[in-house]
Amino acid sequence: MVFKQKLFTLLVLVVASAKIATAQDVDLFKSQDEQDKKDKLNSTDYITATFKTTRMVNGQSIENVGEGIMDVKVSHRFGTISQGAYGLWGLDAATMRIGLDYGITNRLMVGVGRTNGGLFDGFAKYRLLRQSTGKVNMPVSVSLAGGTIWRTQKDPSLNHYSDRFNYSGQILIARKFNDFLSLQVVPTIIHYNSVANSTLSNDYYSVGIGGRLRLTKRVNLTAEYYPQFTKREGTTNSFSVGFDIETGGHVFQFHFTNSTGMDDRSFIEETTDKWNSAKGVHFGFNIARVFKIVEPKAVKM
Amino acid sequence: MKKTILALSISALFATSAMSQQKVYSTKTGQISFDATGTCAEAIKAVNNQVDSKLVDKTGQMVVSVLIKSFKFANALMEDHFNENYMESTKFPKADFKGFITNVSTVNFAKDGSYPVTAKGKLTIDGREKEMTFTGTAIIEKGKLTIKSNFNVPLNDFIRGSYIGTQISAEAKATLNCKYE
Repeated sequence: MVFKQKLFTLLVLVVASAKIATAQDVDLFKSQDEQDKKDKLNSTDYITATFKTTRMVNGQSIENVGEGIMDVKVSHRFGTISQGAYGLWGLDAATMRIGLDYGITNRLMVGVGRTNGGLFDGFAKYRLLRQSTGKVNMPVSVSLAGGTIWRTQKDPSLNHYSDRFNYSGQILIARKFNDFLSLQVVPTIIHYNSVANSTLSNDYYSVGIGGRLRLTKRVNLTAEYYPQFTKREGTTNSFSVGFDIETGGHVFQFHFTNSTGMDDRSFIEETTDKWNSAKGVHFGFNIARVFKIVEPKAVKM
Repeated sequence: MKKTILALSISALFATSAMSQQKVYSTKTGQISFDATGTCAEAIKAVNNQVDSKLVDKTGQMVVSVLIKSFKFANALMEDHFNENYMESTKFPKADFKGFITNVSTVNFAKDGSYPVTAKGKLTIDGREKEMTFTGTAIIEKGKLTIKSNFNVPLNDFIRGSYIGTQISAEAKATLNCKYE
């Protein structure tokens, strides 16, 4: 009986002291600091803004437009600068492309464009892997892109209507090394439905490389090079260097390039001007302006 | 004798429990939205529905913590610029407030009603700290606590970036709404 009572007393005291112990030391500041440390290990930080816009110069970049966003792109490639004052350093002549890109989701975008000379192009680009750190450590971002080029120009030499189409397929592999340096490698296949003679291949390969160096928060130096594996007759490799300047909703890209084509086939496989002695260098620009079309579901005020 | 011990321990239990009736209110689904539209034609506003907040009723100690990348903008490009050019969210993934509700004793957590509250403490955004005072309302409804507040954040005290004060307003108008469990 005495033992039972003592046990009861002990129990009561234990409960009481336990209550005192828990009552002390609730320090939210400390527990928040611990939480922050834990979150850093347990959360995945997806890398954003590898490049400023969805194009490096002529070719695709790893970037997509966001869900519900329309990106209007106006691009010009002028004549060769070497024309001098007589041809206003090439500004008299221009190849122009107007394009509309749209983000179906944050990982899938589609786009269409028209270049003067009756050239239409369309593409889709899907982000397969996102570079990330933290819980999921992914060293690179990977996207797939596929495009079609449709030549509508009158051409009596064509036998079939399908001869007017070309296709491109690309795997984009990109890494943002830090806030200042991003690089991408782009294995590419270009398919011609029709070639000049039967000895020529219908498929051509290239591995493009591109990169950006951040000069300031709003200005990047960019460069892009697409060497051809099998050089098509009379063509040369495309090389471009330029600046990306971002001002809020606009991205301006000014560049020097030896290509005047702005779709995958034209600039990778059909560049004819050469950089040597700057004779074949063109000035060009892309202006991109984004518009919100559909409000994403995640944003409810 | 045994009665005395029993009485003593019971009273001790009550005394300590009265002292320790300290409750931690918490939520991980609070909401903070802000509007920093300046002269820019497009609205610069975002919402974060994953606000992490805790509050101790007796001491008034309060923590509000947000993951910067959880702020959602209607325009994904704007979200990128927010994270990249202004918030440096890879370097400083979170912003937080650590402080005390100075007049917590005026809030009767047991009685339904709406009580004006003042919180004083340290606001940290983009790695920079500032002592600030916020006013808001603590609402008790069926024993549940909700805290609401409208407050302004002077952006130049925290964030470095062009366009603040012109295209982007110098003061972000923010709203907090936390329903605690």
